Amino acid sequence: MKKISLKINGQTRTHEVDESMPLLYLLRGELALNGPKYGCGLEQCGSCMVLIDGRAGPSCRVPAAELEGKEIITLEGLAGEKGGLHPVQKAFVEEEAAQCGYCINGMVIAAVSLLRENPQPDETTIRERLERNLCRCGSHSRIVRAVRRAAGR
Amino acid sequence: MKGECSRRAFLQATGALAIGFSLGCFSQAQERPRGGRGEELPGSLGEAPRVDSWLELSADGSVRVFTGKLELGQGIGIAVAQMAAEELGVDIDRVSVVMADTDLTPNEGYTAGSRSIENSAIAVRYAAASARERLLALASQRLGLPAGDLELVDDNVVSRSTGKTVPLGELLRGESLRGEVRLPVKLKERGHYRYVGKPVGRKELPAMVSGGALYVGDLRFPDMLHARVIRPPSYGCRLRSLDEKVLKGLAGRPRLVRDGTFLAVVAEDEWSCLKAAEILRQSCRWSAPASLPEAKDLKAWLAQAEASTQEVEREGEISGEPTLSASYFKPYTMHASVGPSCAVARFEKGEMTVWSHTQGVFPLRGALRSLLGLAEEKVRVIGVPGPGCYGHNGADDVAADAALVARVVPGRHVRLQWSRADEHLWEPYGSAMLIDLSARLDKAGNLADWTASIRSDTHSTRPGGDASKLLAASELEAPWPKKEGGYSGGAYRNSQPLYRIPNRRIDLQSLQGPLRVSALRALGGFANIFALESFIDELAVVAKRDPYEFRLAHLDDPRAVAVLKRLREVTGEAPDLGIAFARYKNEASYFAVAALMAGGGPPYRVQKLWGVVEAGEVINPDGLSNQVEGGMIQAASWTLGEAVSFGSHGVTSRDWESYPIARFPQTPATEVHIIDRPDLPPLGAGETTMGPTAAAIANAVFRATGRRLRDLPLNRRV
Repeated sequence: MKKISLKINGQTRTHEVDESMPLLYLLRGELALNGPKYGCGLEQCGSCMVLIDGRAGPSCRVPAAELEGKEIITLEGLAGEKGGLHPVQKAFVEEEAAQCGYCINGMVIAAVSLLRENPQPDETTIRERLERNLCRCGSHSRIVRAVRRAAGR
Repeated sequence: MKGECSRRAFLQATGALAIGFSLGCFSQAQERPRGGRGEELPGSLGEAPRVDSWLELSADGSVRVFTGKLELGQGIGIAVAQMAAEELGVDIDRVSVVMADTDLTPNEGYTAGSRSIENSAIAVRYAAASARERLLALASQRLGLPAGDLELVDDNVVSRSTGKTVPLGELLRGESLRGEVRLPVKLKERGHYRYVGKPVGRKELPAMVSGGALYVGDLRFPDMLHARVIRPPSYGCRLRSLDEKVLKGLAGRPRLVRDGTFLAVVAEDEWSCLKAAEILRQSCRWSAPASLPEAKDLKAWLAQAEASTQEVEREGEISGEPTLSASYFKPYTMHASVGPSCAVARFEKGEMTVWSHTQGVFPLRGALRSLLGLAEEKVRVIGVPGPGCYGHNGADDVAADAALVARVVPGRHVRLQWSRADEHLWEPYGSAMLIDLSARLDKAGNLADWTASIRSDTHSTRPGGDASKLLAASELEAPWPKKEGGYSGGAYRNSQPLYRIPNRRIDLQSLQGPLRVSALRALGGFANIFALESFIDELAVVAKRDPYEFRLAHLDDPRAVAVLKRLREVTGEAPDLGIAFARYKNEASYFAVAALMAGGGPPYRVQKLWGVVEAGEVINPDGLSNQVEGGMIQAASWTLGEAVSFGSHGVTSRDWESYPIARFPQTPATEVHIIDRPDLPPLGAGETTMGPTAAAIANAVFRATGRRLRDLPLNRRV
């Protein structure tokens, strides 16, 4: 077991974790967050993505113990202290960019990360940057539209 | 969580009007219900007329609708709410929908076959219209005003002429009134619709994008335990030995649950459980697996496998030599949901409660009760949405796994999450198929003879009430005998051309394939339409006719003609487009699609898909469009790249690298057009896209490159 200090969704807390435990299990288990989803545990699908120091990355393999001092933001923490929805979340609702919605966590997180680096991405860039995120229902066209809508704000 | 407050408590608390259908209420009716606006029996009434209640209106103006269908991402929840709000005349925000719970909702069988709109939404339309009539009749008595002058506005009944208002609470007087649907029911006039036919957004979207607890995997209960299964390396392996001692002293107090080859680990937290399960797995020794053919030999294997013949259609006499013959092949494909299956179960005082994303809570209850040896009333299955569902995936199996574990730790909730490999290796796949077609054109170049021979395994092994169909059943110490065969009808779905062809001979060769299979979106309709619509295109080329003109010349159904003509309008006459058409199940929605390839290939990539759908009366155009877009994109992925890989020792597609599905850069742009037919019964559209999209892509490859590809996937990985 290892003691680590992590800032998660704005709150810094100390956690005692199994050294091999991926971040996902801290978030879903101890912190009871629902945003990050278990999809493959192999960093192949993007369902579990979170922002780690502002960049989207999977949480299903990286041990929480290796993230000492990092800032983690999950889907729940995107809106910040103001509450409500983040503009990207809002755009996903407005475009009805989901069917089952299981992949939406990763899609929203990846889109937030993309728009921070590139506020006006074209469609090809959006598709390339969302390549790590799998959607099986086929909501791709709507997701692309939602990201463009968010970029337009 | 829904279903926490019992129905009785709800009624007692508020006073309410509940609307049900009593058995036979329609058989005595003079007038046929307009329900499905032309259907014989409206919606699910025909299948499950004896239900307690479909709808409850409480004194505060809130409405609870009960449907036996589950939200699978297809948008049925909002469609049902639209129907109820519309007919009652209440704000849609006052309507909540209770879905798929064996204690609360009607038994509507499976959420499958694109029938939820046709069945459940229509039943709710009738229930809501009846509730409104009953209320207004009550108010009419109280106020001494004609019912026609009254309307329901939120939680008041208001007189249009006098402005007089009676609160619902006053009308209901704290009583629990019961009504039932009696025909004729006056449905709201379409011209006054406020919700139906409009793109009303799904209510769960805000929670979905912000981490709300929506899915079965998000359920949390105090003291909940976590479990994982340890499945054998492949089909047919039995557990020879394992070393339970390895669990000793591990974190999370992991505990072994074993019954024959069924093996699970249950622990206090998920990560400890996962770790312990992996350690235990290393200690397991298994018997040799069943021998399988190699995936690369599957086509040849299907061609020679022992089969029994079933006549599908005989019409006229096949005469003379065929003008053209061709064989089409579809490999095993996966549901490949992005989230693996999950369930929560709790066994207490002899009663088992299971939270599941099954497509059928009632059939699953039947299978579980026999698996567990419990009386039916001792098992409750509560439907909770899960990750994407496109047919019979691992949801039922994981529910059984969770129940088997929960039985060993009474009083505790047990959450059992399948791993990615569990789902990839053990889900029932979409059946492989081999389809031989031949046809003769007459002198005028029209279709004269059509012969089809379909070689396929079953397309449904749903458990129904049958425990033996659950994965764990064959693993138990006293295994349930495996029953062969299943629902063969799925195999020849859509094999009969809608085109006017005088002489037809269609046969199904039923066979038993090497892999576990069951219902996958469109069942056999996917491969049958891929073959049929590819072959029609080939025949048009032989006849030197335009693919639109050739199809239209053989179609009599004006609805079929309309989707094809609209498709030509929206795409223009670009020469490199591949097109295809079908009416799903030959009785549901109509769909025509065009595909445009990006550049040459291989590997082939689709740049854009245009779809035209006609699904009768449109309840929610955005929901319909969403289903169609998604179906086209998923079908493009199946068509271009998907095949379950396996060797003699078992399935080797165990993750997203060994079974890739299309990612964003390979996903085509989509454009959907809807033909609304408000006078015709609404039809589901979740499956209508699949086969036509495959054929349109193969036809587009031919138009772009001159290469006719008849084996799926088109980008074969050898």
